[in-house]
Amino acid sequence: MSDTVAGLLQIALLTSVLAAVYAPFGDYLARVLTGGRHLRAEHALYRLCGVDPDTEQRWPVYLRSVLVFSLLSVLVLYTLQRVQPWLPLNQGRAPLDPDQAWNTAVSFVANTNWQSYSGEAAMGHLTQMAGLAVQNFLSAAVGLAVAIAFVRGLLRGRTDLLGNFWVDLTRSVVRVLLPLSVIGGLALVAGGVVQNLAAPTEYATVAGGAQTLPGGPVASQEVIKELGTNGGGFYNANSAHPFEGPAAWVSLFQILLILLIPVCLTRAYGTLVERSGAGTRRHGYAVLAAMGVVFALSLAATTAAEVHAQGAATQAAGAAMEGKEVRFGTWLSALFATATTGTSTGAVNAFHDSFTPFGGGVVMLNMLLGEVTPGGVGSGLYGMLVLALLAVFLGGLMIGRTPEYLGKRIGPREVKLVSLYVLTTPALVLTGTGIAMALPSTPDSMANADVRPHGFSEVMYAFASAANNNGSAFAGLSADTYVFNTGLGLAMILGRLLPIVFVLTLAGALAAQRPAPATAGTLPTHTALFTTMVVATTLVITGLTFFPALALGPIAEGLN
Amino acid sequence: MPDTVGTVDTPTPHGPGTAAPAGRPAAPPSAFSARSLITRLPAALRKLDPRTMVRRPVMFTVLVGSVVTTLACAADPSVFSVAVTACLWATVVFANLAEAVAEGRGRAQADALRRARTETTARLLRDGAETTVPATRLVPGDLVVCEAGDVIPGDGDVVEGVASVDESAVTGESAPVIRESGGDRSAVTGGTAVLSDRVVVRITAEPGATFLDRMIALVEGARRQKTPNEIALDALLASLTIVFLLAVVTLQPFAVWAGGPQTLTVLVALLVCLIPTTIGALLSAIGIAGMDRLVRRNVLAMSGRAVEAAGNITTLLLDKTGTITHGNRRAHDLVPVAGVDRADLAAAARLSSLADTTPEGRSVVELCGGAGGAAEAAAEAVPFSAETRMSGMDLPGGRSVRKGAATAVEAWVRRGGGAPAPDAAAVVDRISGEGGTPLLVAESGPEGARVLGVVHLKDVVKDGLRERFDRLRAMGIRTVMVTGDNPRTAAAIAAEAGVDDVLAEATPQDKLDLIRRAQEGGDMVAMTGDGTNDAPALAQADVGVAMNSGTTAAKEAGNMVDLDSDPTKLIEIVEIGKQLLITRGALTTFSIANDVAKYFAIVPAMFAAIPGYGGLAALNVMGLASAQSAILSAVVFNAVVIVLLIPLALRGVRYRPMPAAALLRRNLLVYGLGGLAAPFIGIKLIDLVVALIPGMA
Repeated sequence: MSDTVAGLLQIALLTSVLAAVYAPFGDYLARVLTGGRHLRAEHALYRLCGVDPDTEQRWPVYLRSVLVFSLLSVLVLYTLQRVQPWLPLNQGRAPLDPDQAWNTAVSFVANTNWQSYSGEAAMGHLTQMAGLAVQNFLSAAVGLAVAIAFVRGLLRGRTDLLGNFWVDLTRSVVRVLLPLSVIGGLALVAGGVVQNLAAPTEYATVAGGAQTLPGGPVASQEVIKELGTNGGGFYNANSAHPFEGPAAWVSLFQILLILLIPVCLTRAYGTLVERSGAGTRRHGYAVLAAMGVVFALSLAATTAAEVHAQGAATQAAGAAMEGKEVRFGTWLSALFATATTGTSTGAVNAFHDSFTPFGGGVVMLNMLLGEVTPGGVGSGLYGMLVLALLAVFLGGLMIGRTPEYLGKRIGPREVKLVSLYVLTTPALVLTGTGIAMALPSTPDSMANADVRPHGFSEVMYAFASAANNNGSAFAGLSADTYVFNTGLGLAMILGRLLPIVFVLTLAGALAAQRPAPATAGTLPTHTALFTTMVVATTLVITGLTFFPALALGPIAEGLN
Repeated sequence: MPDTVGTVDTPTPHGPGTAAPAGRPAAPPSAFSARSLITRLPAALRKLDPRTMVRRPVMFTVLVGSVVTTLACAADPSVFSVAVTACLWATVVFANLAEAVAEGRGRAQADALRRARTETTARLLRDGAETTVPATRLVPGDLVVCEAGDVIPGDGDVVEGVASVDESAVTGESAPVIRESGGDRSAVTGGTAVLSDRVVVRITAEPGATFLDRMIALVEGARRQKTPNEIALDALLASLTIVFLLAVVTLQPFAVWAGGPQTLTVLVALLVCLIPTTIGALLSAIGIAGMDRLVRRNVLAMSGRAVEAAGNITTLLLDKTGTITHGNRRAHDLVPVAGVDRADLAAAARLSSLADTTPEGRSVVELCGGAGGAAEAAAEAVPFSAETRMSGMDLPGGRSVRKGAATAVEAWVRRGGGAPAPDAAAVVDRISGEGGTPLLVAESGPEGARVLGVVHLKDVVKDGLRERFDRLRAMGIRTVMVTGDNPRTAAAIAAEAGVDDVLAEATPQDKLDLIRRAQEGGDMVAMTGDGTNDAPALAQADVGVAMNSGTTAAKEAGNMVDLDSDPTKLIEIVEIGKQLLITRGALTTFSIANDVAKYFAIVPAMFAAIPGYGGLAALNVMGLASAQSAILSAVVFNAVVIVLLIPLALRGVRYRPMPAAALLRRNLLVYGLGGLAAPFIGIKLIDLVVALIPGMA
């Protein structure tokens, strides 16, 4: 079987599995996230925490709960890393430096999972399990909660109640992430992913040398790393490590886990829209289509760039193989890269630094678009809906009405919040990269300072990844410096929490409105035309912002 | 007699029923001309004051950029930097010019109105004695006397008498109108002239706050406030400006790393090309022009907010009388009872209507015009009275004819010894059922009384309304006919006119309730009204258009006044509101889409010369002559496109009622794709010229 056929088959398999689970799993999400009875375990937890699960929160309270919870999580995770050697199961690993501990704590809470450390060398098992893995669950659950609260804001009328954050958080973990992780984790173990609590094993190699093989609770961490679009690998090499990605189907399975929730959440959205009477299921499909179109374009571009790479060495190998997963080939690497950067995952099965300039540029662009194709767990949906509101505003004007989405008017307050949301991550990426490039110390961190466009790409990629909560790296950059740990940490926490502030405030503004009925004069927001508009808005608004910078990085490198 | 607006540039108002041709409001020719650009230039330069510029974030950024490049240029002059600086200043001036031209059009009208507000004196009536005082000394509550030849000194209500008034100073319509005490035609406007008779007017407006004063302020745009949609769009434009400012500011460290630091002039040029200057420059002009388009149709909007709301209307309340039907019922048919000759019926109907001077009565005479002889000299007319509900004529020789409400005429026949005809009763029922009004015609003579037949009076629905309502429906607007008629009659007319819904036997309270209910459901409601009774509903409606002929209370309550008092104009108002928003959206899309081409011009020009970055020359898809000519061409295009689009901003994007999806597709194609393509062509053409400048190629 040729690489092309294999690659296409992999894409077809992935698409058909997603299509098969789309409706049932999406409807399941809609059901468990919006009502029904509490499980006994949940009840116990609510009682323990003193939460009344049947009282809804006003939007400022909901927002405050998210912020307090996230900041507390940062504090706990920071402490765990700093006191690591004195806790059990940590094999006596040394405490992390304050700047790295801050960076890591923020990174996992912000669903970014940027890792300036090497997992197997720096973190003990307890830190991995009780700290990092717990945040893998919670940060994803926070994303789901915010998304569902935003959807409530869109669909409700004349209220300021957005639901109960603690209930949304608990249900996301207990009924969505945990069960799927158990099933997925078992499948990964079956596929050969390591799972133990053992100390590193010493081996004698065939050449007679000694080698240390670190084991650990890899599969359990691996599954939520993908499912929660987290991306922080147990091993430094992430999913390219044979203990994390032992077989091609495991790699493909991981891609499925990455895309599962973000994709099916659009179905949940459509179902909720239909149930509320504000529109039809097709509203969900329109959002999914916008995500899918950009994803497909990006996948095609990346694959083409990698497969048809120029240069003597790559011609000889048949494709750009350096830094790729040689066992599985370029197609799977391109697919993994598109999935991991189109969602805010950041797990890798090949190093993006080793991609061709254009291929690397496209995966960087995926992040710069704001992680909406299909985006992180929850954050992808609300990010895309905010872009849809922007498209509605421009399109609505062009049909001569104050723009409306699902009967909600996009007035001055809404446009201000949408603008602030859209402004946040580009501002963080550009400011961060700008400051970093102006610092004399930065070139020392670059692996490719001599190839100037590439060195620049490494830095810009880091800030694009941090501010958009992706977490993948152009691994060439040595980011474990005081400056990068601090700066990227700031980009991550601001890139996560500021958009949440804006999106929940927006939800409050929308929920307070009285919905207007749809008429023949209303902009249809469930059609192919609308999807086209959302795609164009996404590409043009974000694409335009970064074009000059990208020109000095991947574009210049690729054209030379 | 004050000068009239009509002689300046107010178009001929549309009379009731002269619906504008489909899809094209009969707009007067645009007053925009190349000359107005030059005449308004001084005003545009005055607007360079930073204190006023700061209200327009995008153009303020360009102004700051222009100052920066001017300083840079002074420090290190070159052909290129001088040219770029000149273009940046031109961009700012062109933006101000757009606003100034838009305001200039209103100013001409304001001047004409001001001439109407000449100093007048008033004949103040106090304790039965008249004194002459200056009009400016009048306060609300004062009574003034106006006789033929007087100019009415201030806004007020007629409390005594009836007069014909020339309102051309305000409306441009030269035909005099009747103003009389009581009822809904009592309001008079200061500055209009009494042509005949004598009235006593109670002043209702403070001096300086009269209708005319407000009109002047409105058309001048003196009290212009940003509308909600303008604020929203401004927020978006401001945030785009911030993003692009960041993109340009941070570009310098990237460029330094690449080994090709950029000059201040080039960076400012890039910034100005990227921020949405086209829409930023034209935004306020579009708003002013929208108000102006209404003024040209003789509609005064009290705020820009109201114009914008008009575009959002989902429900139109239309008064049946005057809007849907020609105000009066007209005789439509004659139905004789069995055994009566149609000609006899016609003769009797005519005789009985000769004394009836109401429009209904006249229409009966018209219908029966050919039938029967002239009235006999000795005949005695019996006029209609509310008590008898009949009119008729007593002829010499004991013969009488009567015409009137069925029950009244039947009773009259019985009194005369006759019997009501059963087939007449059936006809009466049928006509009522069809929404018409049956009038029974009967005669009595020496040989007894008998019913002759029935005159069928009918509300005549105006031509072309059905098509108009269909168009409204396609736009997503529901029409509701409001009438005092009974439900059966109302339903029949509604079906004939093609409205979506009907409110029959409507009281002012019903109307108010209907509006509230619709708004509860999220609808936006527009209505017209003229009576004092209408005031609460006018105030409640999102767009309330008061007829100028109506009462002061109605005019105060509404947020628009139609000087022509033409209720059908509501439809045009909605279209103008939509056109305003479409123009904004289209130019915003165009402005943003333009950026793509500008990047392809400027980015290779900035970086392709840096060693190691030569590959970027491939982005110069337009094949522009040199780096400097490329940047200059982009800046020139950016400035010129503003001037080229001023006419479009003032005229508004062409609007044709069609479903939203079709409209969106069309505008996306024209302004989205067009906005992508146009600058590629424009910049290339400009570059061909710019390259000829020494030192540019």
